[in-house]
Formats: sequence, C-alpha cells, structure tokens
Amino acid sequence: MKKELIHLRVNGEDREFAAAPNRLLLDVLREELGLTGTKRGCDDSSCGCCAVLVDGVPMLSCVALAASYEGCEITTVEGLGAIGSLDPVQEGFVECAGAQCGFCTPGFMISTVALLKRNPNPSLDEIREALSSNLCRCTGYMQIYESVKYAIEKHRKETERTPVAPAVAR
Amino acid sequence: MSMANPKLSTVGKPMAMTDARMKIVGLGKYADDLSVPGMLIGRILHSPHPHARIVSIDTSRAEALPGVRGVVTGKDAPTPYGILPIGHDECVFAVDKVRYIGDNVAAVAATSAEIAEQAVDLLRVEYEPLRAWSDPEESMNAESDWIHESRANNIEKEYHHVFGDPDTGFRESDFAAEQRYVAGEVNHAAMEPHATLAIWEANDRMTVYSSTQVPYYLHRTISEVCEMPMNQIRVIKPLIGSGFGGKSEVIPIEVAAAVLAKKTKKPVKITYTREEVFYAHRGRPRTIVDLKMGITRDGKIKAVQARVVQDGGAYCGFGPVTVLYSGALLGAIYDVPAVRYDGYRVLTNKPACGAMRGHGTVNVRFAFESMLDTLAHQASLDPADVRRANLLHAPCVTVNGLRVTSYGLPECVEKVVERSGWREKRGKLPYGKGMGIACSHYVSGAANPIIRSSMPHTTVNIKIDRDAAVTVYSGAADIGQGSDTMQVQVVSEVLGVRPGRVKLVSADTELTPVDLGSYSSRVTFMAGNACIEAAKNVREQIVAAVAENFGCRPHELECVDEIIRKTDDSPMRVSFDDAVGMAIDFHGALVAQGSYAPPEEARGGKFKGAGVGPSPSYSYSAQVAEVTVDTETGHVRVDKIVAAHDCGKALNPMAVEGQVIGSVYMGFGQAMQEEMIWNGSRLMNPSLLEYRIPTALENPEIECIIVESEDPEGPFGAKEAGEGSLAATIPAIANAIYDAVGVRMITVPFSREALLEAIRKQRAKKNASARGNGAAASAGDRQASMEGMR
Repeated sequence: MKKELIHLRVNGEDREFAAAPNRLLLDVLREELGLTGTKRGCDDSSCGCCAVLVDGVPMLSCVALAASYEGCEITTVEGLGAIGSLDPVQEGFVECAGAQCGFCTPGFMISTVALLKRNPNPSLDEIREALSSNLCRCTGYMQIYESVKYAIEKHRKETERTPVAPAVAR
Repeated sequence: MSMANPKLSTVGKPMAMTDARMKIVGLGKYADDLSVPGMLIGRILHSPHPHARIVSIDTSRAEALPGVRGVVTGKDAPTPYGILPIGHDECVFAVDKVRYIGDNVAAVAATSAEIAEQAVDLLRVEYEPLRAWSDPEESMNAESDWIHESRANNIEKEYHHVFGDPDTGFRESDFAAEQRYVAGEVNHAAMEPHATLAIWEANDRMTVYSSTQVPYYLHRTISEVCEMPMNQIRVIKPLIGSGFGGKSEVIPIEVAAAVLAKKTKKPVKITYTREEVFYAHRGRPRTIVDLKMGITRDGKIKAVQARVVQDGGAYCGFGPVTVLYSGALLGAIYDVPAVRYDGYRVLTNKPACGAMRGHGTVNVRFAFESMLDTLAHQASLDPADVRRANLLHAPCVTVNGLRVTSYGLPECVEKVVERSGWREKRGKLPYGKGMGIACSHYVSGAANPIIRSSMPHTTVNIKIDRDAAVTVYSGAADIGQGSDTMQVQVVSEVLGVRPGRVKLVSADTELTPVDLGSYSSRVTFMAGNACIEAAKNVREQIVAAVAENFGCRPHELECVDEIIRKTDDSPMRVSFDDAVGMAIDFHGALVAQGSYAPPEEARGGKFKGAGVGPSPSYSYSAQVAEVTVDTETGHVRVDKIVAAHDCGKALNPMAVEGQVIGSVYMGFGQAMQEEMIWNGSRLMNPSLLEYRIPTALENPEIECIIVESEDPEGPFGAKEAGEGSLAATIPAIANAIYDAVGVRMITVPFSREALLEAIRKQRAKKNASARGNGAAASAGDRQASMEGMR
C-alpha cells in the first residue's frame, strides 16, 4: 500500500511521518515514533497493554488506524510524566508495587489517569470497573488498587494545597 | 550462611523495585522494544497438521520475493536440543516430521514484517498425515505411529516409587477414600509475548537479546544448534514481561532468530503473536490423578497412593521433572509415613507442556487437599485440625528423603484460621455460603542442577573502584519478580551502605558469572546467599584497610549507615567513600566473589528420580477461601482468600506480598475459569479473548499474611515466595464449595454447569427421600460426589 504523509499530535508535540493508510496507531507509535512504552500483548484487542489516551479517552491503539487520528491529542505513557516530574499515578505504581514486570503497567496507568480525571474519588468497585479492560498476570490486582489509592490521596493533598476559586453558579 | 541480625537497615523493609521508574515512564526496554539499524524481521511457518511426515518443502517462491533475505528450514539447523540432557528431542524446525499443530517448519527473514508474512505464505510444504494422538490414556497404549520412535508407547518417562509401607498404612487406617481428579491444561499467559533479537556481528560473533528466564541455557543451546563456540555468543536478558515458567526453557523463537541471523549475517528480530505463544506453550499439563488416602480416626494420615498421568504434548521439555515433582512433593508437606507413586509422562500431538508456577505440585496438591477434606468430613473432624494432626517437626527428613530445615506451616494454619474467623464461621454459614482450608509448599530452588555438574549454582562478582560505587555482577534473571532489587538490598545491608550506592549488572553472559536461571524459585535463596558472600568478601578488604589505618583489629569495626566505625564508643570513624579510598591504595580496584551450591545433605536420596524434589529449603502456605454459590445458576463467587505464606524472612515485604497475591490470583484463575480447550489435537482458544485469565472484576479480595520461620541456611533466613502459594488456592476453593453446597468438585476448572447439575441431582434426591419417608434428608445428601463430570 502506498505511503501517505500523516500528521499526529503525540504527547504535546507535532509529529509527521510517511506511512501506509492501513498502519495501526500502535505500530506507528512503536516503530515510526520510537515510543515503545506502549505494548502489544495480544492479537485481538483483549489485553489493554496498548491503551493510549485520545483526547483524554483511553483507546486501544492496536485496533486504531493511525491516519484516522489526525487532529487528535494522543497521550502515551511517555507523555504522562518524566522522571523527576512523575504523575501521581506513576508514583503510585512505583511506591505500591502496582508494577511487577511492568509490561501491562502503561495500559493500566492510562486507564487510571482517565478514571481519575472523570472521577477524582472513585470507590473500589469503580476502580475495578475502570481497570477491567486491562489484564495483569503478575499482581493479582491488589497492589494496583493500592497504587490507584495512593494517586487519589496524592491528588487530594495537591488540590488541598492549591485551593481553587469557589465554583460560581452559571 | 544465614545472617540473623536483629538490627537490619535495608533488608526486611519494603523497597520499590530498582527498575520501577524506568518501567512507569515507558523507557524500560523489553526484547520487542529493541531495534538496530539494518534489522530484519523474521516470521515462522507453523504446521497445520498434528502429526505428519514432511515430504518436501519448496522455498523458491519465498526466496524470490523482493525484500526476503533468508529462508531457513530443518536442514539449516538439524541439531536436536532440549532443556534436559535426557530430552534432546526437538529441532528448531521439524526435520522429518511435524508433531503438533503449530510445530515449527521454516522461517523467513525480510526487510519488513509485511514482506516476511507474504514470504511465509509462499512457502510450499507437502505433508503426509500420520495418525495423531490427543488423549493421553489412548496415547500411552499406542502400538504404532509413535510420536518419537525412541519413546515406546508414547511414554516419555514413567517412575514408580514406594516409601514406607503403604499397604500396612491402609490396613491401619480407619477411613480411606479413592477418587479420580482431573485438572485441565493451563498456560502461563505472561503479558509479554516472547521476542528475540539476534544480531550478527563482525568476527563471526553474535549477540542475542531474548525474553528468557534462563540466559545461560539459551547461550548453551544456541552454541549447539548454530555450531558456534559459546565464547562467540553473548546472550543478554533485557526487561522481561514476566515468565511463570513459560520462558524457563529454550523456546523455538529464540533459536530461530539466531539461525536466521547466522544465515543472513544480519540482525533479525522475531516476536510471537499471542497465538504463537499458545503453540510455544510449555504450560501446566492436563493431569489425571487417581488418588487413595487413609487416615486414623484422629485424623493422622497413614498412607497415600497416587497414579498420575500427565498429557505432556509432543516434546519432552521439562516433562520428567514435572512428573517427578508431582511424586516427590505429594506427601512431603506433612508427616506422611507411607507413599506409593506411579507417574507417567505421556506424549501427545499437542504443544509441549513444561514448567509453570508451582511446577508439578499444583494438580496433585488439589487432589490431595481435596481428599484430606473429604476424609476429615468422614471422620467428623475439623479440616483445619486434620492439617494440624499431620505436621512435620523440623528439622527432619521426610519419608522420601527430603531434608526440612524450617517449617512455618503450623503458624500459617493458625494465622489463616484466626484471620478468616474459621472457628466462628465454619459449618455455621447458610446453605450456599462456605469456607475451605488447604495448604501447599514448594522448593526454594532445586538442590541438583539440570545438567549434572559440581559447579556452584550461582556466582556473583562485586567491583568497587575509586568512585566508591558498588557494582554487582549477577547472572540471576529478573523477570519482574524483583530479584535485582533483592540483590541490591542484600549487598547494601552487608556493606552498610544505602541501596542507591549499589548498582546491579545482571544476566549478560559476557559480563556476569553463570547463574542457572529463574526457575524452581531458586533466585532469592541462591543468588541471595552468593551476594552475601561476595559482599562479605569485599567488606573484609575495606575493613582490613581501615583497621590498619586506625591501628585496630578488623573485628573491632562495623559498617553501618555509610560509615565504618569502631563498635565501642570510640570516635574513630570514616565514611564509606574514604574507607574505599584507603583499601584501593592497598589493592587497586576492589573485586570480590561469592557463590552458592546447595549442601550435600540437601541433595536427596539415591534412587532413580531422587534428584528432583530435594531443595535447600521449602516454603509453606495455608489458605482459607470463602465462597458464595448461586444455587440457581451454579455460579461461584469467591468472596475472599486469606493466604499465609512462610517465606523464611521477607527481604522485601512489598515484593513478597506481590508474589503471594499473584500466586493466589493465578490459582484462582486455574480453579475457576482458565483452560486450554482441545478439539482432538487442535487448540480451540489460543487467544486472551477466549483463554480467560481473570480481570479485576472476577478476581477476589486476597489478603496476604507473611510468616517468617527464618531458615537457618537462607539469606537472612529467607526462602521462596513466588510459587508456593498457588497450589493451595484451588483446593481451598473446592473445599469451600463443598462446605457451601455439599458438592465435591473433582474437575478443574470448576464448571458452573457441572456444579448446577450436581445441585439439582442433590435436590431431586432430597425431594424424593422427603416424599418417600416424610423425613428430613440425611446429612449424607450433602456429600453428593460428582464422578464422571465432563
């Protein structure tokens, strides 16, 4: 298939590359853009290792055509936070052993970031529900819940430190 | 070599994994994340037949495709290999015949994945189908069409062991039971599919990055198959997306990439699809256990007898070891005076089975602990009390010659009984709710190496130069379990320095001394002890230099908090950096070595097969599961599992907890929903969509209790933590289901259809008897057995 010039916005940067229109977003991220943090764990969109945020919504990049996402804001694990400026979710997965082998971890963190954005204080059942599209074979999920709770607590403390203006009814 | 020390500063404290930060920012590199300029992509052609002679292979059309750089078949690499010296029965590509659907026939390297896939489609293979064997009980009676000519009747290996006097034991028993239990086949389903990058280099050298638990066995096998000296090959283990045994022997992809790299003189990367992972397999075999056990009216086990048939698939792999573990660990968890064991490892035309977490012990432990529950009910005893009645008294030697040095099982049982509310709740829960108890154990490394040798099982080097950084060179393979972190903790503890000062270089055959690999839960015990010895040896050099400088004797000094100081109240002290400077003035850069070999007395008996089962030490686990059975649908919800695990000493409690919970999770998956489904020799569910590992929604709440029995030979008292808990989970759930509805589950996974059918039969029987004599149903109705399920 003939290659076309494709523009994507990934982790806040504009990226341009030539690729066939049938190239999957996952392959483009890993092979064209060198963002290997996003993983492939299955053949049939069942494991969640390849999850990325598209305009803030978790999507499986293994069943997404890269060319269809021009104009969208794509965030991969590399865009969540760098060493020295980690997102609280990343910190949680380090401090509470939410990552063992680490292969599923990018996908779990993507799902967690999206969850906490729409619901900053989820119950355990809501956490389980939100993470149920991601498979982990190491942890038995318990330390992942701890990691998410760590992030919730960290978020809460940060918001307490920087009080926002009271909401005004519109 | 134990170092019991009350004031530990790093060991025993939860520590985040040293590689966690790389993983959570997406910078950690797994094998498939690696690429080098000029790299080719490889793809493998797999057999569509379960058993067929290869008549011809035509590679010409594939070779002619633009972009194809090399095609290899069995002729390019005919040397057979296998993880066991007695089982060199597989070639990287089938030479004369294929033996399972998915067997490897040929491979292609091309400039892109698309071209490689097209080229695979252009390969033409003519097959002559042979009779295929898919049922182990039929296969083991085969008179002809054997899968391997050298294995008569398709029996890879059989063992017949008798310890003590089982016949007398059964005669002296007040209660006995006999039952067939069947456990389905399961796959590790590690999240990372296998990948290998083999780089051909100048001077006929090759560097191989591979997703392996056993870099040194891979090193050896590539050398044999590629006919290159080991010193021309370098194997590096990058980050591994977990293994659970699925990467603990050489997998065809690893050899295929090396053979293609050698042929094309280029870097070649191959990554399995998930479907190919299921064909490479090496998982837990479908196992038929015919078990008989007898106990006294006090619950004391008098004799155990088991006939075990394992459906091993088409190649030997770890097979004989699996079937030996099933026998060796059958009775060794308790004080069992007599054991008779007949184990058969049978070949079938299916993907080869191998080692999987809890290797060889899981399915027999399910049968054993289920039957112990049955007998407890027959004798009207509390199942927890029956476990207590059969405890070993360490130190001791079991009836089959296994040396037990530490034994935290009594405390494990106490802890789970207490935490689960066993005494208050058991037998008092309403119909449909129940709780069950079970125990398990596992080796902390095999006391005998796979390839007979007197070499230490692991060696660790430490280097400290002017910068006073401590660099540890260890061959141990971290596969996500945290062994790198454990070694950093141990070395920093012995040297009295902060963990950040210690850097670990691991699992690189060019830099690190031989370690046998990450299997049989050996790394904490063996590499941990080697690290202690190496660190003590380098500490000695530093302390000697400081003593000379202070004009005191070395034993008057201690290393703590990055300082070397006199143990008395003297103000004489020096920073670790300065102390290293003093020592280097004497020696130049400091180097030291430590190694570990299991003691002679831990290596077991002398009978045939005695080599498997002995370990320097054993872990123990006790668990209580609580379930709710929906008696209208047969659906079982596991509400909670409390697991107590005796790991000797938790060097990193956070990692131990992760291992124990992860083991219970995997046991839960096997108990409730995981199974490889076969239509003859064809695997019907080679995907994660249909091979259903538990998600966050199904998984129960799991509570981990760490028990520390402080093994006298373990590093700081530690034993294994990564496997031993898996086996108890399955029978704990089965026993809880029995407590809930009086139905005994004898086939794994526990199907809701079978459970519902048994509940309905039970109900019909109860109604019939109520109509018949107008009396309440007898207690015996709660003990309906489910023979012939599935």
